[in-house]
Amino acid sequence: MISIIDIINVGLFAATLRMATPLVFAALGGIFSERVGVVNIALEGMMLTGAFTGVLASFYTGNAWLGVLGAVLAGGLLGLLHALLTVKFVGNQIVSGTGINILAVGITAYLSQVIWGSRGASQSVNGLGTISIPLLKDIPILGEILGSTTPLVYIMLILVVLTYVVLFRTPMGLRIRAVGEHPAAADTAGINVYRIKYLCLMISGMLAALGGAFLSLGQLNFFVSSMTGGRGFIALAAMILGGWMPFGALGAGLLFGFTDALQMRLQGAGLLAPQIIQAIPYVVTVVVLAGFVRKRTPPSDYKPYEKE
Amino acid sequence: MNTAVRMVNITKTFPGTVANDRVNLEVQKGEIHGLLGENGAGKTVLMNILYGLYKPDEGQIFINDIETRIDSSAAAIKYGIGMVHQHFMLVPSLTIAENIVLGREPTKDIVLLDMAKIVKTIEDTSRGYGLEVDPEALVRDLPVGLQQRVEILKALYRGAQILILDEPTSVLTPQEVDSLFKAMRALEQQGKSVIFITHKLKEVCAVCDKITVLKKGKVVGTVEATQTTPQELAAMMVGREISSTCEKGSLQPGKTVLRVEGIQTLNDRKLLALKDVAFEVHESEILGIAGVEGNGQTELVDVLIGLREVTKGKISLDGKPITNISPHERIGMGLSNVPEDRQKNGLILDFSVLENLILGYQDKPPFETGWIRLNLKRASTFADELIEEYSIKTPSKNTLARHLSGGTQQRVVLAREFSRKPKLIIASQPTRGLDIGATEYVHKKLVEMRDQGGAILLISADLDEILTLSDRIAVLYEGKIVAIKECSKTNEFELGLLMTGGNNE
Amino acid sequence: MVTLLRATLPQIVAIVLAFLVGAIVLLATGYSPINAYLAVIKGAFGDIYGIGQTFTQATPIIFTALAFIFAFKCGLFNIGAEGQLLIGGFTAALVGISFGDLPVYIHLPLALLAGAAGGALWGFIPGILKARLGAHEVITSMMLSYVALYITSYMVNYPFIAPPGWVAQTVPVTPSAELPRILPPTQLSASIFIAIGMAVMTTLILDKTVLGYEVRAVGLSTSAAKSNGINVKNTVVFAFVMSGALAGLGGAGEILGVHHRFINGFSPGYGFDGLAVGLIGGLNPIGSVLAAILIGALRAGGMTMNTVTGVPIDIVSVLQGLVVLFVAAPRLISYLSRKGLATPRLVKSALAKARTLPTEIKRIFRRGGS
Repeated sequence: MISIIDIINVGLFAATLRMATPLVFAALGGIFSERVGVVNIALEGMMLTGAFTGVLASFYTGNAWLGVLGAVLAGGLLGLLHALLTVKFVGNQIVSGTGINILAVGITAYLSQVIWGSRGASQSVNGLGTISIPLLKDIPILGEILGSTTPLVYIMLILVVLTYVVLFRTPMGLRIRAVGEHPAAADTAGINVYRIKYLCLMISGMLAALGGAFLSLGQLNFFVSSMTGGRGFIALAAMILGGWMPFGALGAGLLFGFTDALQMRLQGAGLLAPQIIQAIPYVVTVVVLAGFVRKRTPPSDYKPYEKE
Repeated sequence: MNTAVRMVNITKTFPGTVANDRVNLEVQKGEIHGLLGENGAGKTVLMNILYGLYKPDEGQIFINDIETRIDSSAAAIKYGIGMVHQHFMLVPSLTIAENIVLGREPTKDIVLLDMAKIVKTIEDTSRGYGLEVDPEALVRDLPVGLQQRVEILKALYRGAQILILDEPTSVLTPQEVDSLFKAMRALEQQGKSVIFITHKLKEVCAVCDKITVLKKGKVVGTVEATQTTPQELAAMMVGREISSTCEKGSLQPGKTVLRVEGIQTLNDRKLLALKDVAFEVHESEILGIAGVEGNGQTELVDVLIGLREVTKGKISLDGKPITNISPHERIGMGLSNVPEDRQKNGLILDFSVLENLILGYQDKPPFETGWIRLNLKRASTFADELIEEYSIKTPSKNTLARHLSGGTQQRVVLAREFSRKPKLIIASQPTRGLDIGATEYVHKKLVEMRDQGGAILLISADLDEILTLSDRIAVLYEGKIVAIKECSKTNEFELGLLMTGGNNE
Repeated sequence: MVTLLRATLPQIVAIVLAFLVGAIVLLATGYSPINAYLAVIKGAFGDIYGIGQTFTQATPIIFTALAFIFAFKCGLFNIGAEGQLLIGGFTAALVGISFGDLPVYIHLPLALLAGAAGGALWGFIPGILKARLGAHEVITSMMLSYVALYITSYMVNYPFIAPPGWVAQTVPVTPSAELPRILPPTQLSASIFIAIGMAVMTTLILDKTVLGYEVRAVGLSTSAAKSNGINVKNTVVFAFVMSGALAGLGGAGEILGVHHRFINGFSPGYGFDGLAVGLIGGLNPIGSVLAAILIGALRAGGMTMNTVTGVPIDIVSVLQGLVVLFVAAPRLISYLSRKGLATPRLVKSALAKARTLPTEIKRIFRRGGS
C-alpha cells in the first residue's frame, strides 16, 4: 500500500528544485524580453534549440560544458533573430515568436535525423553530472535538496540574484526598465533604444537555451524531439505570476516545478490513470493565470518604438 | 560673443509639406526668446532640429558661434542644449531621481548605481533655481506642474545652457504658470538662454525679451517684446483678423436633458476622482466645464458614457435614470460622445470612413436588417450623404481613417454623432490638436446643434474656448463642481481662480 | 488581377524565400533541393493517391486556419486550435458511436454539430478567462491543448477503448454518421466541401454581419469599440467560441470522414499547421484554402520525398516555420526587395546572355571545324 510518505518526502522537494530550474531560466529570459517591451512567445523554441544544440556540441567535442556554451550561443542567435524581426523590421511579436517555435521543432528533429539517424532521440553524450558542495551536503534536509545536484541548478540560483542586481541596482538595469516602459523618454535621454532591445533579447534567448540545456545535458544526457513539452509557455506563466521580478519568477517556478514533481510521483503510485496525472501541471497553469493575473500588470506596453 | 544659438537658413521638408523654409533664428546668452506660431507653423520641428531629433535638409547651426552638426539628442545634450517636450519624457514607475539621471548615471564600485550621490546632486541643483522636488517620489504620483519641474531639472543636470520649452503652459494652472516664469527668469539671470515655444500671445508678451513669429514654416519677423502688442503678434501669426468670439445669440434654454446628482466615483488608482458632482444641462444650451486637466474631467465623461461605475449618485437622461446602464443602451437613448482622444476612442483608424460613420450604431436601423445582417448598401448611401453634408475631405468613403488629417478625422466623428440629432452631446477637448480653420468649424457646428435645440456638455481645458461657446460655465476642481456661472457674468480671471481652488468671496 | 497579385505579393515572396532558405538547409546537409522539391511535387500531385492525400491533409488545416483567423480578427491569438480540434473530434465520435438508430440526415448533422459544440466549449474557456480575468490567451489556449491531448488520450485508452483493447481507439461510428468518401480509392471525404463552405461563411460573417463588424472593431481598437457601446467582453468570448467551433468541426470532419472512429494521435499537429496557414494565406479565409492546399501538398508529397530521397519529413516544419517568420515582418520583405531590386535586372541580363550561348557555341564549333 502506498503511503503518503512515499510521495511527500525530501526527494519531492529536491525534485521540485530540479523541475523548477528550466522554468526559472526561461522565465528570467522572459523577464529580460518583456521588461524591454517585447513579448517572447518563442521561449519554448529557444529552450528546445538550446537542448538540441547542447547535445550536439557535447557530441562533437565530448565536453558537456562546451555543450552548454553551444546552447547559449544558439539561444543568443535566436534572440537576435527575434529582435531583428520585431525591432528592426517592426514585425508582429507573437507571429515572430510562433515562427521561431515552429522552426525550432522542425530543425531540431530534422538535424537529429540527419546526424543520428533518428527523429526521436539522439545518441547519449557526456552530460553534466552532479557536483556536491562539501559542507552543504551534510546538512540533514537542506543538504539533500541543495547540496548535491547538477551544476546548472546552482547557476540558476546565481542568475536569479544577478538578474535582480542588474535590473534594479545598475545603470544598465535602469535603462532597460526605461526602454521598456517609455522608449521615447529613454531615447531623448540619449539612450540607444535599439541596442538595448537587441541586447536584452539576446540575453533572453541565452537564458531560455540554458533551460533547455538543463533538460538535455543536466537531467539526461541525450536529446528527445519536442522534449520541452510546453515548458516555455509555463515559464511565461511563471514570469507573469512572479510579477516580472526575478525572485518572483523563482517562486513561481518552484510552484510549477512542484506540480511537475508531484505529478511524476503520483504516476508511480498508480492512483489514477497516467494521462489524468500528466495533465495536472497544465491545468494548474491555467488556474493560476485565471486566479492571479488580476493583480499583475506588465511593465511595458509592447508597442514597437519608431523614431520619426 | 554673446550669441548662444544661431540657426541659419534652416529648411526641412516632409512628404507633402515644407515644415521649415529658410528659417533664421538668433538667441543670445541670458535671453528668453519666444517662438510663436499656430499649430503646424513649424515651431516644434525647428526645435527638434536644434535638439538633434531631425536633420535639416539645408542650413547651419552655430552654437557659441562655432558651426556644429547635431545629429542626435545625445549630441545636442553634449553641446548644452536641453529640451522639455510637450509630452513629458518621464518614466512613470521610476523615481524623480532615477528619471533625472537616466542616461548619465553616477556609479560606485564600477557597476552599481550611486543613489546617495544622485540625491545630493538633485537637491543642490533644484535649490539653485527654486525648483524644489522630493527625489524619492515616484513620477506617476506627481501633479503635472511638478513633473514639468523634473523635466527642467533633467535638462539642467545634463548641463544645459540653452533650454527649449515646448508649449509648457498648456497643462498648467495660472499659478503654476507664474511659478514657471519665475524659474525662467532665474535661469536667464544665470546667463542661460530659454527658448519658449507657444501659441499663447499674452504669455509670450509677459515673459519674453524677443519674439520670433513663424507662419507656415517661414519666419514672419522677429520683434522686441516691449515694442509689440498681442494684436500685432496675432496678425503676424495668422495674417488675418481672428474673430475671438463666434456669433452666439442668446437662446432660452429648454427642459432639462441631463441631470447629474451627487456623483462620486473612483479613478484607476482607487482614489476618489469625483467627490460630489451635480449639474444640469438643458435643451438649447451649451454648458462648459472648465478646469485644469486632472481634476476629474476624464472620470466624469467615463461616468456619463457608462465606462465607469459611480459609487454614489444618480444620472438621468431626459428624465429616465441611466446611472448604471451600459454605454450601448445610453447611445440608444440618444447620448452622443465626441471623445477627447479621437484616434483612440473616437475612430478606428484602420476602419474606412464608411465603417467609422456607423460605429456605435451598427446594430440599429437602418443598418441592421433582420437577423444580424449588416446592410452595407444603406450604410454606403448614408456615408455619401454625410461626406457631402460635412464636407469631409477624403479620396473615397473606403479610405482608411488613418490617412485623414486631424481636422478631417474630427469631421467624421462630428458627422457621425451629430447627424443622428442626439438628445445630449458630450464634447471633450473637441479642438485639441486642430488648426484654426478646423477649430472654427467645430465651434460653428457645436453652436449650430445648440441652436437646433441640442443639449451640449463641453469639457475643455482651453478657457478661451469655454468662454467663446458656453452659455453657462461650471468649474471642476478636485472632483467637485465649485461654481456654476452664466458666461456673461464671469471672466477669465475669476474662472482661473476658481479652477485652482481660490474663490472670489 | 494585378491588384490581387500586389495584395498577395508579401505572402508569395515569403514562400519563395522560405523555399530558398530550405534549399540551403538541404544542400548543407547533403541533399539535393531540386530532387527533394521535385519528389514533393510528384508525391503531391503525381497520381490520384497523391492528389487525394494532398486535399485530405489540407482539409482539417483549412478549419484550424479559419479558427486562427477568426480569433485574430478580434485581436486574439488562439493557438489552442489543436486542443479544440481534438475535443471536437471526440465529441463527434461520441455522437457517432451512439444513436445508431437515427437516419443519416439527422445523425450526421448531429455528429458534426457535436463536434462544433465540443470545439466551441474548448474555445469558450480561454475566451471567458481572457474577457473576465484578462488571462493571457496564448498561454491558456496552449495549456488547454495539452489538457485536451491528455483527456482524449485517457478517454480512448480507458472508458471508450474498443475491444480487444490493443489499439487506443474507439469503436467505429455507425454508417449513418459517416461522411461519404468523394474520391475513391483515396481517403478524401466530403469534409472538404464543408471546409470550403466554412471559409465562405467566415468571410460573410466577418464582412457582412453586425457581429462580424464588432469582432473586427474590437480587434482593431478595443478602446474605440468600448467607447462606442460595443460590449468588448462578449465579443471576445464570441470570437473564441466561433474559433473553437471551427476547429472542432475540423476534428469532426477528420473523425467522421477519414477515420470513422476516434484514434489516439489522429492529428499530427493540424492545429498548429492552421496557424501557419492562416498567416501564409494573408489572414484571409479564401487565401487560407489555397495556403492549406500548399501545406497539404507538402505533407502529402513529403512522405514520398522521404521515401525517394531520404530527406527527413521534418523539412516541412522547417519550411513552415520559415514562411511564418518571413510573413511576420512585412518590412523585411520590402527591405530585401529593395536590396534585391538589382536582381531582376541581373537575372534578365544573365538570361539574355544565356540565350546567346547556343549560337556562340555553334560558332566556336564551326570555326574549330573549318
